[in-house]
Amino acid sequence: MSERLTAAVRRVFGGGDGLQGLMIQVAAILIAFIVGAAVLAVTGYSPVDAYVSMASGAFGSSYGVGQTLTQATPIVFTSIAFLIGLKAGLFNIGIEGQFLMGAMGATLAGVYLDGLPWVIHVPLTILVGMIAGALWSLIPAVLKSRFDAHEVITTMMLSYVATHFTSYLVNYPFKAPGWVAQSLKISGSAELPRILPPTQLSAAIFVAVIVTVASTYFLQKTIMGYELRATGLNPSAAENAGISIDRNILVSMALSGAVAGLGGACEVMGIHRRFIQGFSPGYGWDGLAVALVGGLNPVGSFFASVLFGALRSGGMIMTRATGVPLDIVKILQALVIMFVAAPKLIRALLRRER
Amino acid sequence: MVELLDLINTGLFAAAIRMATPIAYAALGGMFSERVGVMNIGLEGIMLTSAFGGVAVSYYTGSAWLGVVAAVLVGGLLGLFHAIITVKYAGDQVVSGTGINILAAGFTAYMSQVIWGTRGSSDAVNSIPDLTIPVLKQIPVLGEVFGTHSPLVYLMPIITAASYYVLFKTPLGLRIRAVGEHPTAAETAGVDVVKIKYMCIILSGMLAGIGGAFLSLSHLNVFNKGMTGGRGFIAMAAMIFGKWMPFSVFGASLLFGFADALQMRLQSLGILPPQIILAIPYVLTVAILAGVVGKAKPPSDYKPYEKE
Repeated sequence: MSERLTAAVRRVFGGGDGLQGLMIQVAAILIAFIVGAAVLAVTGYSPVDAYVSMASGAFGSSYGVGQTLTQATPIVFTSIAFLIGLKAGLFNIGIEGQFLMGAMGATLAGVYLDGLPWVIHVPLTILVGMIAGALWSLIPAVLKSRFDAHEVITTMMLSYVATHFTSYLVNYPFKAPGWVAQSLKISGSAELPRILPPTQLSAAIFVAVIVTVASTYFLQKTIMGYELRATGLNPSAAENAGISIDRNILVSMALSGAVAGLGGACEVMGIHRRFIQGFSPGYGWDGLAVALVGGLNPVGSFFASVLFGALRSGGMIMTRATGVPLDIVKILQALVIMFVAAPKLIRALLRRER
Repeated sequence: MVELLDLINTGLFAAAIRMATPIAYAALGGMFSERVGVMNIGLEGIMLTSAFGGVAVSYYTGSAWLGVVAAVLVGGLLGLFHAIITVKYAGDQVVSGTGINILAAGFTAYMSQVIWGTRGSSDAVNSIPDLTIPVLKQIPVLGEVFGTHSPLVYLMPIITAASYYVLFKTPLGLRIRAVGEHPTAAETAGVDVVKIKYMCIILSGMLAGIGGAFLSLSHLNVFNKGMTGGRGFIAMAAMIFGKWMPFSVFGASLLFGFADALQMRLQSLGILPPQIILAIPYVLTVAILAGVVGKAKPPSDYKPYEKE
């Protein structure tokens, strides 16, 4: 299946049919907004008012931009995590779990490794988060390379195990006093500073930029990145060329999990400063969608994350201003995902309209 | 330990059967879809949308049974949608399913707000009354466990048996299995692969739809935001744990339903963390995929079929 997808993406980016790759993504977004407008109109809201207030809410003020970038940050990590796996032909849909394990690892390092100067504590906390995410993603990687267990199912199932496991940890052994299921606060030396008060935007956005650049470099310019892509494009050819498939499964999944874990760590260190049960509204799943909307490359994913972040932050402003239920944002996101999923469908729709 | 043993009573088993029912419907649905080579990750979203559709129709018409019919239709429609994207347009199955799940969460919450003015839950509607089986009810123990349930609970084993019969005892079932295992060979033998795929994926949605209707029109009488609570994913686990065989899938659903019923009771006691129990179905599924407890191998390779 993942071969199919990469093949489809190659077809899209190779042009063909007269429609260039970026056109598909843009068309998918436009069609999603048109369908969304129809939903708004049918249910008695003005699509123009809703979209205008959403756009001005997301980009019309420095506060809006700050909140948009805040919402975009975790999705940058989860989308790049997803695409690193997919480049090697692996459908890692358990990003959510690796994200949560990373957040938990960072929380524990932030709370219990006390008394360190921040120059040591911050990188150490980040590192623990990355390792936690990588270890969690290595389980399905080993199961795949050893026992040929389908990674779509194992990553998904392990994602739910992580949800329940982290929830257990903040309900029992590491629960902070009080009614809320959450950990203690991490110490100040492990926090990432807020950079645009009163918004929640933190230095995590810089980490996200670094990861975007680094992963682009890794995939395009390094031998290991080349081997990963070769494995994804044509496993048997790669094997004939002397590339170890099993090793690449482990490497790409570990990297994927490490980036997801880094995302979780940054969310804890920059925003919540502790692990709160259920703090992720599904950033892992968003990552899958955003990576596709971004055309499966890190820079594209970054901008697609900003789009999704804008939908979230602008959506909140829109709800306050126009009374349109916030859930229209989720509907729009889902529509974008489904249209991006089937480039052939977009082509068919566009041809009919001409 | 005394407290733990107190939990094990007829009420627990009756609850286990209730909790297993929606899982079993969706799991059986997932099985039909995977039997023809299409993974249906959208089961969760299909159940949720059907649960909503059922309540909405019951709200407007006052008839719970019309609600069930609507839920099945909604499920079938989403199945059709999944089929169009994955079969006709060869779109990716995982992405389409994920899209359905997110769309369902957004659409149902949005429409609840439009219809009832709250994101949280709907007004109470007419639901399906429970059925009491006269003779069975008189038998001690068994009567308490099996005697009074929703008609949809009693329908479940019948549908399971029917699925088994169709899949393994009829020419149609042979075609369905052939489409999943050897689509090219099936086409050569004159089977309309695309038609069979559409049929099974739509059926998959309809079965998940009954599961959704059970949740909102039988187990409860309202629609709550996100009320499926991951049961669609548990259903996928049950489908795998049951190795894509109808009776085994039903059995796995009963097991996971029991775990669900047990964890709810444990929550009130506080002796064993409910999260541990909740994670068990997922851990078991990973274990069986890895071959730790028997080996589960999917009945197809999930590749889209293109005519040569």
